[in-house]
Amino acid sequence: MTAEPILEVQHITKLFGSVIALSDVSAKVYAGEVTCLLGDNGAGKSTLIKILSGVHQQTEGDYYFEGEKVKFNSPREALERGIATVYQDLSLIPLMPIWRNFFLGLEPVKGWGPFKRFDIDFAKRTVRQELLKMGIDIRDPGQAVGTMSGGERQSIAIARAVYFGAKVLILDEPTAALGVKQAGVVLKYIVQAKARGLGVIFITHNPHHAYAVGDRFIILKRGRTLGIWSKDEITREDMIRAMSGADELEALSHELDELARRDAAKKQLELAQAEAEVADELEEGEKLFDE
Amino acid sequence: MTVKTASPPTRDERVAELGAFRSMLRRPEVGAVLGALVVWFFFAAITPEHWIGLGGVARIIDSSATLGIMAIAVALLMIGGEFDLSAGVMTGTAGLIAGLLSTQAGMNFWAAAGIALVFALTVGYINGLMVVKTGLPSFIVTLATFFILRGANVGVTKMLTDQVRVSGIDKVSGFALARTIFNTEITIFGEKFWTAFIWWIVLAIVATWILQRTQWGNWIFATGGDANAARNVGVPAMKVKIALFMTTAGAAWLVGIMNDVRLRSAVASQGIGQEFVYIIAAVIGGCLLTGGYGSAIGAAIGALIFGMARVGIVFVGWPTDWFFSFLGVMLLVAVLVNNYTRKRAEAMTTAMAKARAESQEEDEA
Repeated sequence: MTAEPILEVQHITKLFGSVIALSDVSAKVYAGEVTCLLGDNGAGKSTLIKILSGVHQQTEGDYYFEGEKVKFNSPREALERGIATVYQDLSLIPLMPIWRNFFLGLEPVKGWGPFKRFDIDFAKRTVRQELLKMGIDIRDPGQAVGTMSGGERQSIAIARAVYFGAKVLILDEPTAALGVKQAGVVLKYIVQAKARGLGVIFITHNPHHAYAVGDRFIILKRGRTLGIWSKDEITREDMIRAMSGADELEALSHELDELARRDAAKKQLELAQAEAEVADELEEGEKLFDE
Repeated sequence: MTVKTASPPTRDERVAELGAFRSMLRRPEVGAVLGALVVWFFFAAITPEHWIGLGGVARIIDSSATLGIMAIAVALLMIGGEFDLSAGVMTGTAGLIAGLLSTQAGMNFWAAAGIALVFALTVGYINGLMVVKTGLPSFIVTLATFFILRGANVGVTKMLTDQVRVSGIDKVSGFALARTIFNTEITIFGEKFWTAFIWWIVLAIVATWILQRTQWGNWIFATGGDANAARNVGVPAMKVKIALFMTTAGAAWLVGIMNDVRLRSAVASQGIGQEFVYIIAAVIGGCLLTGGYGSAIGAAIGALIFGMARVGIVFVGWPTDWFFSFLGVMLLVAVLVNNYTRKRAEAMTTAMAKARAESQEEDEA
């Protein structure tokens, strides 16, 4: 664990007209860790990450990146500093081929002056290589992204952020729209990104997904910080209790069972070390939950 | 528990490589090419004596060239997700400004054309700025521009000349050179061609190169596909849209000047109604009305289909009153063909994606 946080916000307040979206929120994100941002709908998760990624600017409070006070006026500025955000909609254009999507906004160019052009061969080659690293073999980089599965799209978005040298990777509900199996795949990529030394901010309203991969947990409620814990300070149940009422617990336990069952099956398969860790966590969680 | 390291998945022999034929079918302009062939053979069968040969080619090209230039610019804008209903009337405005300034104010034709260009680009800029700043549909914003310019074209022309046309443009200084460069008659193998067609071909190539081979092209597709997502990854979507509106206005200026030097005069009603023809040509060329998909070459071919119909109807001797009805039918047919081929191509791609996903699941199980 690094002593200094790579990204830190202090006493952030954000007003939209008379609506207080965030009130006095502070948070720290460390490199090589997964920081989970939890909270129900309307808790202010999206507003906070939009401030972190430069889409919005805070009304009050300070934002530090790599120890330096910063103010981003656009997502591009944040991106240039190494803060990459993978949005729920993934910021992928369905009608466009994979290789065009992968380099969108940061196209490699070759040539000079008016003949400066998009280095297409490089783009196609690189996309194949980078996705192969995540275990996805795309035969045809010219395939439209709209024809791919949810997990595949998510992996393209994450691979893109990692490839472009993100230091902080913000993932906005990456598992929300996915099935259990696909969600497991995405959790694996999160651990991979962490292992590569990135500071990962993982936004979710699913405490099981969060507890499986998280090192640090920030729970927001109605625009305020409900609490900040590191993993050894909080159990899964406490976290769930902090987040939600008893009604939701039943539904959640259902989902957890499903995930754990899938995970048990997965163990017999080829698993990277990182993935095995995730699985262990989930199994442990299930036991605790059954008690 | 054994932990194996993940090895890259091997290729699945059940999924065929995407063949050259299929990737050709996947191109947006394939419908336009088929449509053009159908229309060409149709008229070639009915009136071969006029149609086949260089004479027919010259007539078709002449009828399509300026329309094609506009269709290319409009296609770029449509791929970027917007419409410009003022594009047609802008050809008239640009031509009138150049004509009025040179004949009434005694300006050199080049200076007058330069001012017309600045004016056209400014209107394009304002169109774009209004669309991106207000978030209003470009359909409404440019419809307003269309009416403003349409009124001003007649109003200003009447005020300055007491007529609805500007004549005698050929008597001003700089006209001869402008005519040589923008639109003059040349003879190729005994047939007369207007050089606007060279501009048309060059612009189709340049626009295609920009779309397919440059960073800007990627940005245009992305802006039309999903402007929000594009902005999130750092594409200056607003700038792209404004630049595209300026491009259609710039193309309208070019066509306005071409008309000036060809006809030696300009009329106040020039270009009205043409805006839909440009959009239709772009759609026949494979552009989606919703943006994010299309082709510049396709739009150029879409314009060619129009040109063929316009000339063909005269050759065959059908009453020209029916021209627009004929166009309507052709539009419908072309769009249906387009739609069919695109769906076929997409179905094939999707089937491949599914086959792969299934094979991966089997691999893992």
